[in-house]
Amino acid sequence: MNIFKYLSKWDYVAILIVVGLLVLQVWLDLLLPEYLNIIIEDVSTVGDLNNILVNGGYMLACALGSGLLAILTGFFAAQVAAGFAMRLRAGVFDKVQGFSMAEINKFSTPSLITRSTNDITQIQMTLAMGLHVVIRAPIMAIWAITKIVNINMEWSLATAIAVVAMVLMFVTVILITYPKFKRLQKQTDDVNLVTRENLRGIRVVRAYNAEEYQQNKFDKANGTLTKTNLFVNRTMSIMLPFVNVIMSGVVLAIYILAAYIFNDTALALRPTVLGNMMEFSSYAIQVVISFMMLVIIFIMLPRAIASIRRINEVLRTKSTILDGTQTEGEPNRKGEIVFNNVTFKYPDAEERVLEHISFTANKGDTVAFIGSTGSGKSTLINLVPRFYDVTEGSVKIDGVDVRDYTLEALHDKIGYVPQRAVLFSGTVESNVAYGDKAGKTPTLDAVKTAVRVAQASDFVESKPEKYSYPIEQGGANVSGGQKQRLAIARAIARDPEIYIFDDSFSALDYKTDRVLRTELRKHTKDATVLIVAQRIGTIKDADKIIVLDEGKMVGMGTHEELLKSCPVYQEIALSQLSKEELENE
Amino acid sequence: MSKNNHGPMKVADKPKNFKKAIKSLALYCKKYWWAIILALLLAVGGTVLTVIGPDYVAQITDELYAAIANGRDVNIDLIWNVGIFLIIIYVVGALLNVIEGFIMATVTNRVTQKMRYDISRKINRLPLRYLDSHPYGDVLSRVTNDVDLIGQTLNNSVTTLVTSIALFLGSMLMMFITNWILALSAIATSVLGFIIIAVIMSRSQKYFVQQQASLGDINGQIEEVYSGHNVVKAYNNERHTKATFDGINKKLYNSAWKSQFLSGTMMPLMQFIGNLGYVVVCVVGAVLLINGYITFGVISAFIIYVRLFTQPLSQMAQAFTSLQSTGAASERVFNFLDEREMDDESAKTAKLENVKGAVEFDHVKFGYDAKNFDLPTSPVFKNSKKFAKFDKVSGIKPSICTYNPKKLIIKDFSVSVSPGQKVAIVGPTGAGKTTLVNLLMRFYEVNSGEIRIDGVPTSSLTRGNVHDLFSMVLQDTWIFDGTVAENIVYDKKGVTKEQVVEAAKACGLDHFIRTLPHGYDTKLDENTTISAGQRQLMTIARAMVQNSPMLILDEATSSVDTRTEILIQQAMDKLTVGRTSFVIAHRLSTIKNADVILVMRDGDVIEKGTHEELLAKNGFYATLYNSQFESDE
Repeated sequence: MNIFKYLSKWDYVAILIVVGLLVLQVWLDLLLPEYLNIIIEDVSTVGDLNNILVNGGYMLACALGSGLLAILTGFFAAQVAAGFAMRLRAGVFDKVQGFSMAEINKFSTPSLITRSTNDITQIQMTLAMGLHVVIRAPIMAIWAITKIVNINMEWSLATAIAVVAMVLMFVTVILITYPKFKRLQKQTDDVNLVTRENLRGIRVVRAYNAEEYQQNKFDKANGTLTKTNLFVNRTMSIMLPFVNVIMSGVVLAIYILAAYIFNDTALALRPTVLGNMMEFSSYAIQVVISFMMLVIIFIMLPRAIASIRRINEVLRTKSTILDGTQTEGEPNRKGEIVFNNVTFKYPDAEERVLEHISFTANKGDTVAFIGSTGSGKSTLINLVPRFYDVTEGSVKIDGVDVRDYTLEALHDKIGYVPQRAVLFSGTVESNVAYGDKAGKTPTLDAVKTAVRVAQASDFVESKPEKYSYPIEQGGANVSGGQKQRLAIARAIARDPEIYIFDDSFSALDYKTDRVLRTELRKHTKDATVLIVAQRIGTIKDADKIIVLDEGKMVGMGTHEELLKSCPVYQEIALSQLSKEELENE
Repeated sequence: MSKNNHGPMKVADKPKNFKKAIKSLALYCKKYWWAIILALLLAVGGTVLTVIGPDYVAQITDELYAAIANGRDVNIDLIWNVGIFLIIIYVVGALLNVIEGFIMATVTNRVTQKMRYDISRKINRLPLRYLDSHPYGDVLSRVTNDVDLIGQTLNNSVTTLVTSIALFLGSMLMMFITNWILALSAIATSVLGFIIIAVIMSRSQKYFVQQQASLGDINGQIEEVYSGHNVVKAYNNERHTKATFDGINKKLYNSAWKSQFLSGTMMPLMQFIGNLGYVVVCVVGAVLLINGYITFGVISAFIIYVRLFTQPLSQMAQAFTSLQSTGAASERVFNFLDEREMDDESAKTAKLENVKGAVEFDHVKFGYDAKNFDLPTSPVFKNSKKFAKFDKVSGIKPSICTYNPKKLIIKDFSVSVSPGQKVAIVGPTGAGKTTLVNLLMRFYEVNSGEIRIDGVPTSSLTRGNVHDLFSMVLQDTWIFDGTVAENIVYDKKGVTKEQVVEAAKACGLDHFIRTLPHGYDTKLDENTTISAGQRQLMTIARAMVQNSPMLILDEATSSVDTRTEILIQQAMDKLTVGRTSFVIAHRLSTIKNADVILVMRDGDVIEKGTHEELLAKNGFYATLYNSQFESDE
C-alpha cells in the first residue's frame, strides 16, 4: 500500500527493534512462572530459604527486565507512529495543495479535511497500539501455548476450551452489535438533523405554530436512537462478567484437574505437579488474554484500514493540472486575454458547462459576465487562473496559452477575488499582503493603499491594532462586507496585470459597490479586469459585457448595445430597472 | 472494551462546579434512584463474591499441598465440593454484574432520552432572542455530543467507581484477614508502583495539553487552507502555507510522540506492578510457608488477590476522570435547560379570529437593554464581547444580535395599516426592518408601546394566536426532510391533495414537481437537487396553503438570480391579493407597486408614501433608489 512509503528506513529498523524487544519481553514474562515453579517445588520438598531468595531474585529481575523492555518498546513505537503520522500528514497536505479544483471537488473539501486530520490520527493510534499489541499478542499466544502443551494435555484442553469460549462470545457479541453500531451513527445523525432543522427553521416553526409537529418528529428519532443504544449497551454489558468467569474458571479447572493428576502420581513427583500447576495457570491466563487482545485488534483494524484506504485514495490521485515551462508572455501583448472557441465540461460530467466561447480582452479593458445561476459565468473565469483546464479551445494570456506557463508565473499575473471571500487566521496585514509575486510579498505601504482603495480603511483604522488587527480563522470576527473588502484589497495589493472578480461585489451595498469600483478604476488604469456580477448596475460601464445563458454566449457588447439587441440581457435588466428608466438612459 | 481505553490519553474536560453538576445530574435522575441503588447493590454483591473466591481456591490448593505433606491421596470429594461452590460463586457473581449492567444501561439510556426530549422542548420554549444570539452548533452539540458523553460515561463511571472501591476495600480486607504480613508486602508494592505511575502521569499532563493544542492548530490550518484552496493557489502562497504547516506539524510530532509514549507506557507499567506483586507474594509467601506461618493455599489465594487489588487502583482513576467529563457535559446541558423561557400564556383567553387585517404600531420602542431582556445566564455568554463574537459564528445578521444596552433598535415607531394594504419596508442594513417583523410576530417583545391587530393589542393574545394570523416567507428558504407534499402542507390540518396541487400550480411549481421521480411524494433531502428559486417557490406554496389573513415576506427574493426572481415575484403577487402584507426588500424594484413604502433608517421611519411620491420627494429613498443605477462618472 502506498502509505507505507512514508515509513523511513529508520522506521523499519525501529520496528525490527520493537519486534526484538517484544520477543525478549515475552520470554521474560514466560520465564517468571518457571521460577515460581522452582520455588514451589522447593517449598514443598526441602524448604531451602537461600534457594527461594535466589529464585525470587531471578523473578524480580524478570519482572524488572520485562517492564524496562516494555517502556523501550513504547518509546520506539511512539517514535515510529508519531513520525510516520507527521510525514504522512505532510505528504497528504502537499498532495492536496497540488490538486486542482477538479480533484478538490471530486473529494469535497470536508472529506479532504477529515482525511488529513482524523484519518491520520486514527492510523497513528492504531500503529502505536498495534506495534505493541498486534506483535506481542501472537508471540505471547504461540509461545505460551508451546509451553503449555509440553506440560500437560488435560490442562491444555481446559485452556483451549476457555479460549474457544472467549472467542465465540466476542465474535457473537460483535456480530450482533456491529450492524447496530452502524445504524447508531445514522440514527445519531437523524437526531442531529431534526434538531438542526428545528433550529434553522425556528421562525417558520413558530410562525406556523408547528412546534408539536417538529417535536413528534424529534421524539420518533430520539426513540429509535434510544432503542438501538439500549440494545447495544445491554449486549455489551455481558462481556466483562463473562471474561471474568472464564479467567477464574480456567484456573479452577486446572486446579481440579490437578487433584486427579495428583492421585495418579507417585508421591515423590507430586511437588513437580504442584509447581507445574501454578506455572501452568499463569500461562493459561496469558493465553486467554492474548486471544482477547487479538479479537480486540480485529475489531479495531477495519477502522484503521478504512482510514488507510481513504488516505491512499488521496495519495493516488494525480492532479490534472500540470505545470508548464514558460515564465514570460509576449512583451507586446501584455494584459491581453483571449478565449478561443472554449468549451468546457467537468470531468465525468455529461453536459457541457461552456460551449464555444470566444472573445478578446485588451489591456486595460473591463469585461463583464452576466447571466442567471448555472449559466457558467464563474466557470468561465476559473479557466483563466487554471483552476480548471479547458476541454476544447484555448485561453491565452499575453499571447501564450495558460497551460504553457508555470503555474507560478501565471498566478503572478493575476489578482483573483472569489465569490465567497476567504480570510485566513493572522492579521489584516498578513491577509492583504498575502502570497508571493515573483517571490516577494507586498509591503505595508502597498497594503495601506490597497485597503484604502477597497474602502476598508475606515474599518481597519478604527481598530486599536490597525493593520495588526487579528483575524480569526475563516475571518470569523469580521462581517461579510468587511471580509469581501479585505479580499478585494488583497488582489489590489498584488498589483496584477489582470483582475478577476467572481461576483465579489454582491456582499456590498450599492453605494460602496459604486465608490469602490470608481476608486479601483483610478488605481488600476492599465490592468485588464474580468468581472462576474448579478447587478446590472455593477457592470453597466464595462467596455464589454458578455451575456451567458446555459453555457452559451448569447450576447456581447456594451450596455446600450445589448439593451437593443440581446433579449436575455433585456430580461435581466428589466427585472432590475423599470422600463422607463431604461428608456431614459 | 470501551474504545476510550485505547486512545491517546485525553485531557480531562473539567466542569466549573463539579459538585453542583453532579448534584443536578443526580436530581435529574431522581426517578431512577431506586434502580441505580439496586444496581450498585448488585455491583457490591458481585464484588463480595469475587473477593471471597480466593479463600476457597486456597482450600483446594491446601488440600493438594496436604496430599504432598501427608503422603495421602487428594480428597476428590472435598475438591469437587469446593469447586462446585466456586463455580456457583463465579456464575452468580457474573449474573449479578450482568443484571447490574443491564439496569445501568437502561437507566442511562432513559436519562439521556429524557435529556434530549427536554432539550428539544426547550428549544421551542426559548425566546427567539436567545436562539438568535447563540450559534446552532452550540445547541446541537448539547443534544448530541454532550448527551452522548453523559450516556457513555454515566454507564461506566458510576458502577466502575463503586465496584472499584468495593473491590479495593474488599480485597484489602480479605488480604489482611488471611495474612497481614503478605498483605502489607503486596499492598506496599502496588502502592509504590502507583506512586511511580502517578508521578509520570502528572509530569506527562503537559504533553497531552500540548498535543491537544497542536492538534487543534493543525486541524485549523488544514481546514482554512483547504477551504481557501483557490486563493492559496492563485496567490502563489503554497510556500508560506507549507512552512506554517511544517512548523505546526513538527510541534505536533514532538508532543505527540511524547504523549503517545507516556500513555503507551501505562499498560506495561500496570503489568509490571502486577508482576512485581506476584514476585513479592511468591517470595515472601514461600519464606512464610517454610517457616510455617501460612499454608500453601494462602500463596495461591494471594496471587489472585494481587490481581484483584491492582485492578481497581487504575480503574478508580479512570472512572473519576470520566465522571468529570460527565460533570462537564451535564453542566452544559443543565445550563441550557435552565435558560429563561418565554412567559407562560396559558392564562390568556382573548382570541382573534376572522380578522380584517388592520395593523397598528403605536409608539413602539425596542432595544436590547438588560431591563427588557435577561442576558443568558450561562457564564460563557456573560460578557457582551463574547456574546458579540458568537454572533459572527452563527452568521446571524449583526443588527439582531449586537448587544448594546443603550442602543434602541426601534426608536419610536408608529404606523397604521389598513386592511388589504401592501406595505413595503425598505432601508439600509441595520435600520431595524427585520426587527419590526420580529415584533409584529411577537418573536421579540416590545419594550414599550403597543401593536394592535383589528384594535386588539397583540400582547393580550397568545403567541400561537398571533402566529395563526400571519403567513411568512423568509429569505432563508426552509425545506425540511420530508416529501414535497409534506413540505407544502406542513402542520396545517385537513389539507386535501387538490389544495396542494393548486398551490403548487399557482407558484408555477406543478410542472417541476411532476418531473421529480415520485412527484409530490418525492422525498426532499440533501441528495435531491432543487434550486434556491424552487425552494423559495415551495415556501410560498406553503404560505398559500396556510391561507392566513396576513402575510410577511422578508427578503424573499434576495438569494435567487434575477430571472427566477420574476417567477417568485409573480407567485408572491398572487399571494398578496386581498391580504394585508408586509414586504421587506433589498432590491427596490420589487416593491414599487406597494401601497405604502416605509423608509427606515436607524430605527425610525424617515419617509413614507408610494414609490412615485417618494421619488418626487427626492429624499433618502430617492438616493437609495438611484444609487442602483448611478454611473461611475
